[in-house]
Amino acid sequence: MADTGSYEGMLAEVTKVPGHGGHWISVYFARPLGPGPFPGVVWLHHMPGWDEWTKEACRKLAYHGFMVAAPDLYCRAGRGAPEDVAAKVRAEGGVPDAQVVGDAAACRDFLRALPQSNGKVGVTGTCSGGRHAYLAACLEPFDACVDLWGGGVVMRPEDLTEKRPVAPIDYTERLSCPLLGLFGEEDRAPSPEQVRLHEEALQRHGKPYEFHMYAGAGHGFFYHDRPAAYRAEQAVDGWKKVIGFFRRHLD
Amino acid sequence: MCTNILIHTSLEGAGFGRKGWFPVTRANVTYDHPFHVDLEHAVTVDFVDEAGGLDARVGVELTVASARALAEALLAACAEAEAYESGRTSGG
Repeated sequence: MADTGSYEGMLAEVTKVPGHGGHWISVYFARPLGPGPFPGVVWLHHMPGWDEWTKEACRKLAYHGFMVAAPDLYCRAGRGAPEDVAAKVRAEGGVPDAQVVGDAAACRDFLRALPQSNGKVGVTGTCSGGRHAYLAACLEPFDACVDLWGGGVVMRPEDLTEKRPVAPIDYTERLSCPLLGLFGEEDRAPSPEQVRLHEEALQRHGKPYEFHMYAGAGHGFFYHDRPAAYRAEQAVDGWKKVIGFFRRHLD
Repeated sequence: MCTNILIHTSLEGAGFGRKGWFPVTRANVTYDHPFHVDLEHAVTVDFVDEAGGLDARVGVELTVASARALAEALLAACAEAEAYESGRTSGG
């Protein structure tokens, strides 16, 4: 709870971290000032790239006491306007899953090694970043995972590619931490049916999870900069759930 | 990426973008999340020079209906262009 009489500060900047394969990747790093101890969160950006909304979301979590590291998952494609970089990656069919998981693990290690870390790190993301967060939490140890409408957790065999060789749902047995999932009833990626299949897999493997399906919301209902997608009521409730979940599992 | 709808085509021509005129060697066509237009998905067309760097790109984001209208307009223009060219050839 914020206290108007208390000191408050935040630092948000770009730093470099050795990512997957030893490649130095750019990381947006937002954190509260002070000695801590603070929990960490790795934020994996959505398909439109390492953009303004993603960085705003990182600062929101930093305001609530989390150190947040958001890698530029597209930085190997070059540097420039986020749209140009993302357009190049889009034209190449995205980035390899293994590379994203490696970058996420590198950011986790970066956060854990900080002197103000409390030793716990969660992972999250929206859209393709939600899928990537789930994948990372299955293939690498994390302390909590929040999947925000990640499409493509459930995949048809014909959608598997060299870059995405395994459907994340097939890794469910290996999920390393508690999972929160927020979804929109009107979304098609993931559809309510795909969310149901994901939920069945979690139950089958006895994994701790909490899913919320919002009525009146589709894909991207947190995106206040996308008026057609944004749903204020659901977004306010969703942010409370995200922050509360990370507090419960990372503090 | 989110829809797996991605089609490429090679092109010959030129485009005008932030870096001025550049050769257009390829169009990348998708139906995916757009960057700007306020739709969940759009038909996106990026006219790019593959050798020209990230900013050698002219991008448009269209509704499906307007993308179809554009495709029909292009086909109509091409049909008229071909008729014009063949008439000019036969008429000397």
